[in-house]
Amino acid sequence: MSDLSTNVQAPTGTIVATRSSASIFVLSMPLVIKICAVWVALVLLIALSADLIAPYSYSQLDLLARLTPPVFFGGSTAHWLGTDELGRDVLSRLIFSVRISLLVAFISTLLSAVVGVLMGFAAAHFRGWVEQLVLTLVDFQASMPFMIIALAVLAFFGNTLPLFIALMGFYGWERSARISRGLTIAANEQGYAAAVYDLGASPWRVYILHILPNIASTLIVSVTLTFPEVILLESGLSFLGLGVQPPMTSLGNMVGYGREYLQTAPWILLAPSLFIVITTFSVSMLGDWLRDRLDPTLN
Amino acid sequence: MTRFLVIRFLRGLLTLFLVLSFAFVILRSTGDPAMLIMSADAPPEALEAFRKGWGLDAPLWQQYLGYFKNLLEGNFGYSMRDKSPAMELVLARIPATLSLAVPAFILKLVIGISAGVFAALHRNSWIDRLLISLSIAGYTMPSFVLGLVLVLVFAVNLGWLPSGGDTTWQHAILPIVTLSLGGAAVLARFTRSAMLEVMGQPYIRTASAKGLVWRRVVLDHAMPNAAIPTLTLIGFMVGSLIAGAVVVESVFSWPGVGRLLVTSVANRDLAVVQSLLLLVATTMVTANLLVDALYGWIDPRVRSGQEARGKAL
Amino acid sequence: MTPLLQVQNLAKHYAVRIPDGLSRRKATLRAVDRISFCLSAGQTLGLVGESGCGKTTTARLVLGLMSATQGQVLFEGQSVAATRDATWRALRQRMQMVYQNPLGALDRRLPVITQVLEPLRIHDRGDPHEHMEQAQALMASLGLAKSLWWRYPHELSGGQRQRVVLSRALILKPSLLVCDEPVSALDVSIQAQVINLLQDVQELMGVAYLFISHDLKVVRQVSDQVAVMYLGQIVEQAPPEQLFSEPLHPYSQALVSAIPSLWNRQQKTKIVLQGEPPNPLSLQSGCVFQQRCPYAEARCREQSPMLTPLSSERQVACHMLAQKPSDQNAVVESCS
Repeated sequence: MSDLSTNVQAPTGTIVATRSSASIFVLSMPLVIKICAVWVALVLLIALSADLIAPYSYSQLDLLARLTPPVFFGGSTAHWLGTDELGRDVLSRLIFSVRISLLVAFISTLLSAVVGVLMGFAAAHFRGWVEQLVLTLVDFQASMPFMIIALAVLAFFGNTLPLFIALMGFYGWERSARISRGLTIAANEQGYAAAVYDLGASPWRVYILHILPNIASTLIVSVTLTFPEVILLESGLSFLGLGVQPPMTSLGNMVGYGREYLQTAPWILLAPSLFIVITTFSVSMLGDWLRDRLDPTLN
Repeated sequence: MTRFLVIRFLRGLLTLFLVLSFAFVILRSTGDPAMLIMSADAPPEALEAFRKGWGLDAPLWQQYLGYFKNLLEGNFGYSMRDKSPAMELVLARIPATLSLAVPAFILKLVIGISAGVFAALHRNSWIDRLLISLSIAGYTMPSFVLGLVLVLVFAVNLGWLPSGGDTTWQHAILPIVTLSLGGAAVLARFTRSAMLEVMGQPYIRTASAKGLVWRRVVLDHAMPNAAIPTLTLIGFMVGSLIAGAVVVESVFSWPGVGRLLVTSVANRDLAVVQSLLLLVATTMVTANLLVDALYGWIDPRVRSGQEARGKAL
Repeated sequence: MTPLLQVQNLAKHYAVRIPDGLSRRKATLRAVDRISFCLSAGQTLGLVGESGCGKTTTARLVLGLMSATQGQVLFEGQSVAATRDATWRALRQRMQMVYQNPLGALDRRLPVITQVLEPLRIHDRGDPHEHMEQAQALMASLGLAKSLWWRYPHELSGGQRQRVVLSRALILKPSLLVCDEPVSALDVSIQAQVINLLQDVQELMGVAYLFISHDLKVVRQVSDQVAVMYLGQIVEQAPPEQLFSEPLHPYSQALVSAIPSLWNRQQKTKIVLQGEPPNPLSLQSGCVFQQRCPYAEARCREQSPMLTPLSSERQVACHMLAQKPSDQNAVVESCS
């Protein structure tokens, strides 16, 4: 959608300017979706500007102010969301956690999409044993709950962040693979892709210039639905102590550590929990709405 | 039909094989269990003895063959911590997990299906919208958050239910509820769309035009047909139950298979992790096979579709 | 002068399994079974027959889109290979295909003019400015108004889309265009326009056409030679006036008699073929048409007749009609 305005030339020669496609898109969102979009934008902003807006560093101790409650529950404005057992500011930790969790989720989702699409293309293009191999892998991935696979891999490859992200990158690739394979086969067999091959185009050209743009909307929807699931997965694993490791902090991490103080200082785990829930809810709603708009056949 | 099942069965075996090989490869190729179990500053001879005792010093491919040989003989290795047979440890915990999983599964089905059907029948009403939002909230909420919130409300603040451990039946309530709600939400959504699709079909209008009581139409015609695609979800549900159990058991300190997995992964207790993986894989493969068989049995189209193998000319 | 296109003993067989009780037995599906013909530059060869007779397979074999089981295709004297390497891709500039379903052949996300000039980009013929000029000129000459150039395929009518596909096929100035049912999906009034357009283009650019259709009226109008196919074989080949006024092969006779016509009021009896519609899996030896042929004899069941010339312009594959006994090994030189 790179052209922002469409000028339609009517047969009589007059030029009629229409609304830009982008503005039509935005105006048609229902209120709830708009709110979700705003929240998502807010979260992105927080993640990007973490260093600038966090009042404290996430590991800064304030031992005199341990376990102080949030500001409306008896605390002070020095720590808007209270502090944890080591006197670290919950708000700051929350902000940095958002950054880490989002970083993990973004990169992983991207990885999984790229891997999935490439595998799908390979399966559709080469057919034969390549396709069988890919399908077997897809089956394998789909048949085991990812959490279990992840647990097994995590403990033994360690918990450094790059490795963790790589592991998360294997979540959901099978969906993108299935989609890209299916759509590519359809395009190759009867459609425009076959025609462009017949013109003498190389496979690269066909895939990049023709097939990929055509399947993009379906893929985007699938990715939008995978994204919140990755967040949930990462926070679950971090909660269990097997994900993001201290001193780094992630949303799941915070919940895990806050668990011990459930009775005495529930705000430590409530703040990140609320964040997780609202964010995944918003992204899911957006994804659903996108799907309904772009590709109702996916449902 | 038999041919179809046989193929599925073989594929299931292949999956099992892949899972086990995968477990073997990653568990053995990195990390040094000896150092982890004993401690970093144990004398090198002690570490060496440990490795020899567990067969960890042989070349990798030899370990691989030995590994499968052991499996086929029923020897699943020993837990490095406990020194007791790994599989026994695992099997001993199964009842605890089942006592959560089975009620949760049933609860999931009941809540999910009835909510979904109800929403479909009252489409676009406020009930429908409420149920949809609830279901979205249900599956976007991580189970550990849900569990902790429930503990906070019911155990800490209201004091009605205990927060952890497994001594009395009341201890099981919160875990079961936590385990079932997420899946119920997904099921509700899915059932709703399946029902809506079926209800839009001409044969439903015909049935109600025939004068059938609406309830009969729903029960005898709509629901059975909507059940077919919902069946495929069951395999997925078993998987998510397992994954959910891992988290829920940790939240509620429930001594089941899930908690064992987490602790043995953290301790790098190889044999136990492998046994658990094998257990999970077998469960998944069996569940999927059952679903396939059930699907083929229930849906007459699939049954007859399997026989026509001639290629279109 | 070597003809532009020469097809010699071309065959395409598939090994299939047919359900036979509980098991499946092997069989050979003869989609195309030893056909030979040739086409001179600037001429049109029409290929007619029922669905499943092998017309589209022939088209794909000629273009090198699939590999032949036997025989060869010679284009401009060179053999056409089916492997999609650089040589094959370069050959695309000389031979192109027009499809039955123009909407399916176009990318719905790109404006049509971008698609028309794409072949120029693929084969790197000049700079983008020239590409645009050439594309515009060609589209205009094919009757596409300027207002349509930047539209998307689904915004055009069927006839317009077919012109777009045609432009895209012609922009590299190929010497051979294979048209696979190019007008079947169009309204009758539009069909006439597109047919006329094709003929104009042929006059202007000297393109040869391999025109495939099941519609005899259309084929009659555009072809210099017509070949009738049945179950993968050519049963008769003749110039259209001769074929339509005096069909010789029993199958051609049935086809021609079935054409509704405003002028033939004196009712020639329509020949209705008995027997089953053709099944390319049929394994019997002998003539492919024997099961439905009213004149079938013992000889027809044993030996398959070769396409033999009856005159300088006509060939027929029929025992009854051939003057001399068929020679199984003769490769027919059918170019006029």
